[in-house]
Amino acid sequence: MSTGSLAKSEYETANRSWYKRNEISITPWLFLAPAILFFLVYVIIPIFQSFEISLFAWDGLGAREYIGTENYVELWDDPAFYTSLKNNLIWLILYLLAIPAGLFIALFLNQTVMGIRLYKSLFFFPFVISQVVVGLVFTWFYDPTFGLLNTIIGSVGLGPINVLGDPTYVTYGIIAAGLWPQTAYCMILYLTGLNAVDPEQIEAARLDGAKGWRMLWYVIVPQLKPATFIAFVVTIVGALRSFDLISVMTNGGPFGESRVLSFYMFEVALSEYGFRMGYGAAIAVVLFFIMLFFIAYFLYSMYQDERGR
Amino acid sequence: MFPTPIQKAPRSWQITYQSFLPLALIFWLLPLIAVALFSIKPEGDFSGGNYWSMPSSFGGFENYGRVFFESDMPRYLLNSLLITVPTAIGAVALSCMAGFALGIYKFKLNLWVFFLFVAGNFVPFQILMVPVRDLTLDMGLYNTKTGLVLFHIAFQSGFCTLFMRNFIKGLPFALIEAARVEGIAEWKIFVYIVLPLMKPAIAALSVLIFTFIWNDYFWAIVLTQGVDSQPVTAGITSFNAQFRAAYHLMSAGAIVAALPPVAMFFLMQKHFIAGLTLGAVK
Repeated sequence: MSTGSLAKSEYETANRSWYKRNEISITPWLFLAPAILFFLVYVIIPIFQSFEISLFAWDGLGAREYIGTENYVELWDDPAFYTSLKNNLIWLILYLLAIPAGLFIALFLNQTVMGIRLYKSLFFFPFVISQVVVGLVFTWFYDPTFGLLNTIIGSVGLGPINVLGDPTYVTYGIIAAGLWPQTAYCMILYLTGLNAVDPEQIEAARLDGAKGWRMLWYVIVPQLKPATFIAFVVTIVGALRSFDLISVMTNGGPFGESRVLSFYMFEVALSEYGFRMGYGAAIAVVLFFIMLFFIAYFLYSMYQDERGR
Repeated sequence: MFPTPIQKAPRSWQITYQSFLPLALIFWLLPLIAVALFSIKPEGDFSGGNYWSMPSSFGGFENYGRVFFESDMPRYLLNSLLITVPTAIGAVALSCMAGFALGIYKFKLNLWVFFLFVAGNFVPFQILMVPVRDLTLDMGLYNTKTGLVLFHIAFQSGFCTLFMRNFIKGLPFALIEAARVEGIAEWKIFVYIVLPLMKPAIAALSVLIFTFIWNDYFWAIVLTQGVDSQPVTAGITSFNAQFRAAYHLMSAGAIVAALPPVAMFFLMQKHFIAGLTLGAVK
């Protein structure tokens, strides 16, 4: 009886279809196939194509002409490139202010009083609005003739300042506009993080006499590490992606002083200044390598995390 | 709880906090309040130069009416909707499957494929711009909503897969093992066991993608032009050109363009925040 059933199951194994026998190893690839296909075609392969295009002189329509590293050589002596690079650096550094600012607002709102939920939602509000609208709103806010900013500083006898028309202020003005939604984002991350802070540790620290800043720095902030990591990632990515605000608020001006690499690349490759796809691709490659530095760090952190599980 | 709950603080401090909250909020939303105020002021207020006084009369109906009936705004809004909804559906569908594959199965390349999606999700748009525009032109999809949707699905599937995979990893694996012991086919495990458990993740992700795509501007101007296919973020530029210096109308237009994701956020707040903060807590 028992030998009979064993023989039968062996017989079944041999005759089961190839798919049935390999089901566990094939299924994941079947499920992955559509996503991988899309991602390869639209994201992974284009990265390498951009590398290739950066070695050509190409207007996007006619024949490509191979020029080797000439685009990069031109970039090396291009003052607009250095302005963009400098502004990218300013963006990266100042954008990180969104993290402490977000933490500050989160601490301010982390109370249970009447209507606090609505307050939290309304503070988060700027993040939901498109950057195009944020850009418009701030352009009007900064307007030298009627803008709210100049109306306010005018009432105490200062100004007017034409923030977006002045090469020294323009980048900072745009970053301030960008910090508005970004701070809201970091705030919501920290509010969630604060919810999960271990109350027992806080009580223990209180008994040990910790409070205020020391409590924040030594007890709370270490527990908020996951939130800080995400806030850091999204802020860095946001800073290097800054395009919408610049395009809407100043279009790179005045005199190209508010350009960043992402905007300059677009301007070179697709705007009325000409269709220099190869040169644009070369700028994109530089931007990509800056980003790659951070991507490697993100992936390394995630890898450590995965192994820890 | 940190900081110390306000209820434990002295009464005077409680009152200070409670009255400071609305002030802080007004200050935080000041630029937006200004635009909202502009959008309900009648035209006469602007020609008279009184920008910042209270509206002399309520011009909201007229301003918003003109946005809807005298401009292409409704058309742009429709385009946005026709781009956003298919993208959300497509990206969520692809990533449910990919997330299932990466979250449940152990195979050699698992982590590599996962990191491919994560890394791709972070690349600057500009490195994709020229080849993707070229590809879209070659497929005859330049200046169509389909072209934009296909790209968005592909790019968003990076973030979505990251999200779904981490969500599925958190599900109890014993469920899958039990089903396998029962001899249930793998695809049935996906459809009947995992998918129902993913509902909250699907809701969160759909809301997020809706907002992200609605607010996209860069790809809209790279892959489309004109009123036939451009979404509202790009269309607002031509709208503003039409009503140059008519600040009451431009403000009303900006508010209309911003409203759908805002409405989405307030309606689906729980899902939205759950999606956005996934991973912010261990």
